[in-house]
Amino acid sequence: MIQTDILIIGAGPCGLFTVFEAGLLKLKCHLIDALPQPGGQCSEIYPKKPIYDIPAYPEILAGDLVERLMAQAEPFKPGFTLGERAQTIEKAEDGDFLVTTNKGTVHKAPVVAIAGGLGSFEPRKPPIQNLTDFEDKGIEYIIKDPEFYRGKKVVISGGGDSALDWAIYLTEEQVAEEVTLVHRRNGFRGHPDSAQRVIELAERNKLTLLTEAEVIGISGNGQLNELTVKHKTLGEKKIATDHWVPLFGLTPKLGPIADWGLDIEKNAVKVNTFDYSTNIDGIYAIGDCNTYPGKLKLILCGFHEATLMVQSAFKRIFPDKNLVLKYTTVNGVQGFE
Amino acid sequence: MITINVTDREGALHELEAPTDMNMNLMEVLKAHELPVEGTCGGMAMCASCHCYVESDHPLPEKSDDEEDMLDEAFFVDEAKSRLACQIKISEAVNGLEVSLAPVG
Repeated sequence: MIQTDILIIGAGPCGLFTVFEAGLLKLKCHLIDALPQPGGQCSEIYPKKPIYDIPAYPEILAGDLVERLMAQAEPFKPGFTLGERAQTIEKAEDGDFLVTTNKGTVHKAPVVAIAGGLGSFEPRKPPIQNLTDFEDKGIEYIIKDPEFYRGKKVVISGGGDSALDWAIYLTEEQVAEEVTLVHRRNGFRGHPDSAQRVIELAERNKLTLLTEAEVIGISGNGQLNELTVKHKTLGEKKIATDHWVPLFGLTPKLGPIADWGLDIEKNAVKVNTFDYSTNIDGIYAIGDCNTYPGKLKLILCGFHEATLMVQSAFKRIFPDKNLVLKYTTVNGVQGFE
Repeated sequence: MITINVTDREGALHELEAPTDMNMNLMEVLKAHELPVEGTCGGMAMCASCHCYVESDHPLPEKSDDEEDMLDEAFFVDEAKSRLACQIKISEAVNGLEVSLAPVG
């Protein structure tokens, strides 16, 4: 079990800055994030995009901002549970919160700060009615271990790098028995070199490339064994397969937090702007995931919210201690050993 | 001010007024009127959560590679009509534009 002072759900910019502000008050933080790397949207959606409204940075790339926030948090030795989604919350006997992830990791803390942005990033699922019937029964949204596909017939959908790279790998390494790549267009958004390699493999009949086509139906007897693929002009056809891996990127979903008993309004957690506390004593919500009159979803507003929130968290954790605002210009930053 | 005619996912019609002098895009107008588009990425053509169909024949700028690429991650794409609302600039040229919101996957 992981024990900390402030458990932060979401390792985006707002969650990372919380580590710094909490550290100044000698509070330790641990962050949980569904993504395998810190940075949230900044790392996952737009690492190479410039941001223009961070004070003192006329322009900074989102990825660089995350790097600097990590450096700023580093003296305070934050812990990370990455690639796991915060799933359930309950109260321990001593009044602390127990937060368990989808992989069973348990975290214990007197204060929980939800900095979950728009939610946890989940694979974008194709709108096929009986999709859930075959999840993990032939349909996977992520390839964890290519060996899983050894000797199998595999259909991959998508036009991005992960679709191209896996199609190439499973073919060239002779892992899968048959590889088919289905893509809606003739163009690919993945790397041009990868697209070229896929086209060459298709020309040499090493893999089957179906462009201007979409998977529109799935069937099987408990286990996936057939896909219906619709071509833009040539109509529908059936393909026998053991696996279908739709790779359409990730999209944020509020997810399990919606069931934590918090006041939710339009997919956001209602907070008191005095300290960004929620309706549950000890749980705060900061950054894009919260809402209040006048709310602006800006990184800089999240930083402000994080700063005020840790003051309130401190008083909750140490009700008898007085808190004096200390300027970093006077005291510097004393990290943890 | 211009007018945009929007059909939501339930088929209801909304006549939206939008100012042309505020450098807005259609996704922002839809959100300002509390229509259910997400606009997750904030308008950078990086998430496909403001996917809509342009029903009228207003001449719009060609789709950029970014927009075309993102539509790859959307579903219910109609080659002729699908656009990302965030890539449609609000100007006199789109006065009277008719759009409908694409279904969410």
